[in-house]
Amino acid sequence: MSAGRGQGRLALPFLAPAVVVLLAIGIVPLGYAFYNSFTRFNLARPNDPQLFIWFDNYLTLLGDSSFHDALLRTLLFLVMVLPFQLALGLGIALMLHRPGLRLLRTLTRLSLVIPMATTYVVVGLIGRLMFNTEFGVVNDLIGALGIRPVEWLGDPVFAFIALGVMDVWQWTPFCALVFVAGLTMVPYEIEEAARLETKRWWRILAHVQLPYLLPGLTALLILRTADVLKMFDAIQTMTRGGPGTATELISVYIQRHGFKILDQGMASAQAIVLLILTIVLARLYIRLVYREVA
Amino acid sequence: MAARAERGIGPRPGPMRTALHALGLILVLLFAVFPFYWMVTTSLKEAQDALAIPPVWLFEPTLEHYESALFRNNVLDALLNSLFVAICTTAASIALGTPAAYALARFEFRGKRDLWFWFITNRMVSPIVLALPFFLIANTLGLINTKLALILIYITFNLPIVVWICTDQFRGVPRDLEEAARLEGVKRFQIFWRIALPLAMPGVAVSAIFSFIFSWNELLYALVLTRSATRTAPVTATSFMSGYELPWGEIMATGTLIVLPVIVFALVVSRQLVRGLTMGAVR
Repeated sequence: MSAGRGQGRLALPFLAPAVVVLLAIGIVPLGYAFYNSFTRFNLARPNDPQLFIWFDNYLTLLGDSSFHDALLRTLLFLVMVLPFQLALGLGIALMLHRPGLRLLRTLTRLSLVIPMATTYVVVGLIGRLMFNTEFGVVNDLIGALGIRPVEWLGDPVFAFIALGVMDVWQWTPFCALVFVAGLTMVPYEIEEAARLETKRWWRILAHVQLPYLLPGLTALLILRTADVLKMFDAIQTMTRGGPGTATELISVYIQRHGFKILDQGMASAQAIVLLILTIVLARLYIRLVYREVA
Repeated sequence: MAARAERGIGPRPGPMRTALHALGLILVLLFAVFPFYWMVTTSLKEAQDALAIPPVWLFEPTLEHYESALFRNNVLDALLNSLFVAICTTAASIALGTPAAYALARFEFRGKRDLWFWFITNRMVSPIVLALPFFLIANTLGLINTKLALILIYITFNLPIVVWICTDQFRGVPRDLEEAARLEGVKRFQIFWRIALPLAMPGVAVSAIFSFIFSWNELLYALVLTRSATRTAPVTATSFMSGYELPWGEIMATGTLIVLPVIVFALVVSRQLVRGLTMGAVR
């Protein structure tokens, strides 16, 4: 490692600006949040002194069923949308990978950019419009299939599902593109040989393509989990967490505690718990997916 | 790779299979485009058409909602704010991030793994974690309602993206040229600036695209840190959501104004975008 130390001196001037800036605007505030999480600190009562209370906020969180519910809801949301995103994404990837219909494939591939590039806030707005009970196009379309109109955003379960549909719309293309990238890694000769042997696409998928899809799959599992933990914007415009707290995923829940209830101490403790969950995820990601620097 | 796929693998599929393939692709296309299509058409409908029960598919288009969104609801100012913030934060992230990425790609040093880990965590962490303390600090420093506060906080998620993508790119730049220059006595920074950086431009471009789009789309920090004068476009989009009678035409016009530039831009650079999105995920 002695050579390593030598290059450290070379690397320093290149790294220093980025590290200093990230320390100042990333780590210092984080340290402040960490400190706040050990205090009683409510902006609604500005005259109360900020009392140091050790682990009280964390202990309260341990027994706080609304916090547990928010985490569980977030997990439930993930478990609801992820199978659809992965299955649809894989299906789309296989169609895009399949030879023939070149122009149509190019068009479809381009169309996938639209959901991904749509501002999350606007995804929520579109969702609110399309799932409107009276004049929404979703009730119109399911009406054509003979299904009675649903009060989507007024009902806890249906609002949760509607939000999920919009999330599937936005993120399935990403899953599809990751799988396409995996499929193009399969060596041509191997795939061709397999195709001469069998005509069934699912046998080729299971025996030839699957190993090349697994790294992408692992990455998707972790990245999507991180995304759902972050999810805020679309909820804010589509349901605002409602009705009640039916669609209040963890980031929305913490935002409400910090900026509406103004309990900064408690919200900071919640945020630190969320940060720890994310760090565990990032560790997993590095271990399982991104091994290049190791 | 694309060219390879075009050659076709295996026996020619029958017409039935080709028809199914085409049908599937068309369904995907419709699914991907429909919500966007619905937003744009709603923004062009007269109020009574937008609220018609059942929804109307054919109508006489109007631009009145764009006029009122742009000039009466200050969406234009918000768009300009967003543009300014996105450009500044992208420039700052590139300036800070590319040298760091170069160091991570070229040198061996202690703590490299930890540094890398830190950057990746930054990409995944929810903005609410930083928004809470940053709001208090910005409040103390009088930075609330300034664009500077937004630009600074946006660096926290853009810098890691730049470092992530550019490190990969610098690794792909051959070392021979740099070694030759070094033997001639050229300074390290000159080597980075004149040799490595120009060769790494594709990666720099990809990370700039991402940085720009993420800043343009960001809501949570902007919601917390800005007031009327510095509001960004996504914040404006949330401001319609009170009351029962929502002005759907204007809302969708605002949505279109926010999204359309990004989508056009994204379609133009779709190749780079896809490359950046799927990198790290497959390798």
